[in-house]
Amino acid sequence: MNITLNGERRSITGPTVADVLAEIELAEARVATALNGAFLPAARRADTTLKDGDSLEVLSSMQGG
Amino acid sequence: MPVFYGHQIDSALMLGTAQYPSPAVLAQAFRQSGAGIATVSLRREGGEGQAFHALIRDLGVAVLPNTAGCHSVREAVTTAQMAREFFDTPWIKLEVIGDHDTLQPDVVGLIEAARILTDDGFQVFPYCTEDLSVCARLLDAGCRVLMPWGAPIGSGRGLNNPYGLRSLRAHFPDVALVVDAGIGLPSHAAAAMEMGYDAVLLNTAVAKAGDPVAMARAMALAIQAGQLARSADPIEARDMAAPSTPLFGKAVLE
Repeated sequence: MNITLNGERRSITGPTVADVLAEIELAEARVATALNGAFLPAARRADTTLKDGDSLEVLSSMQGG
Repeated sequence: MPVFYGHQIDSALMLGTAQYPSPAVLAQAFRQSGAGIATVSLRREGGEGQAFHALIRDLGVAVLPNTAGCHSVREAVTTAQMAREFFDTPWIKLEVIGDHDTLQPDVVGLIEAARILTDDGFQVFPYCTEDLSVCARLLDAGCRVLMPWGAPIGSGRGLNNPYGLRSLRAHFPDVALVVDAGIGLPSHAAAAMEMGYDAVLLNTAVAKAGDPVAMARAMALAIQAGQLARSADPIEARDMAAPSTPLFGKAVLE
């Protein structure tokens, strides 16, 4: 299916958010996720299924003022 | 030393982590500054996030995540929720930006977001203006810290409205107040501390200085000086001169 991942259109297998993180090699990384503009807690990634057109944001710690 | 939501911090300097020439300079600047709190952001993971997180953890200071760049209440609230999970802290530096050019806070959105977040258990550090009624509303919304701007973010203009900042200090003597943004020189930071502010948050003035490590130290010393001066009860300024050397005993030589 096609989703928007961090602003870029991507073809992914999924079907869950946890699967996508594994696909992009971030399964072990410390990240925060949002699905379609809403916070998605880490505990819900494994049972949250994506659908075509979804928008997933995968964020991490960066420089900030 | 400042107390934020029951936590005493050993330094009145809060330092940002952006715009340093290198991670090594960032780390050295932090060591020289003695800062007790580091501000950080959440951005799209592009492969650098994990190493950066490790670098910040190794600084051994408290972490204050921000909602920088958020222009709506919803965006700021979602970012705060993500930050709480990622950094494992209820602290959030709440920014709801209202204007692209000045990065002035959208104070209406800020109050709304602050209320939503405090109701949800967050401990909010709102980046606000020095407006007394806005600050009162933020306190009503549950904020126990206020962070009025000195001047627009990154401008280095110092304290644009000393009267307003002094007035805010006088109105809320028991609230933790931080001058956040606009500091360019150590003298600006010292002035904020002399006014009785609990802390100063700055980033660009150190990170973009020719020698960030030296400037970090200069800021630390200025803040310490300002803090000491405040507790030493400074004299009032006056219009006319008052001789400091005694007149009594002066010889008549004419």
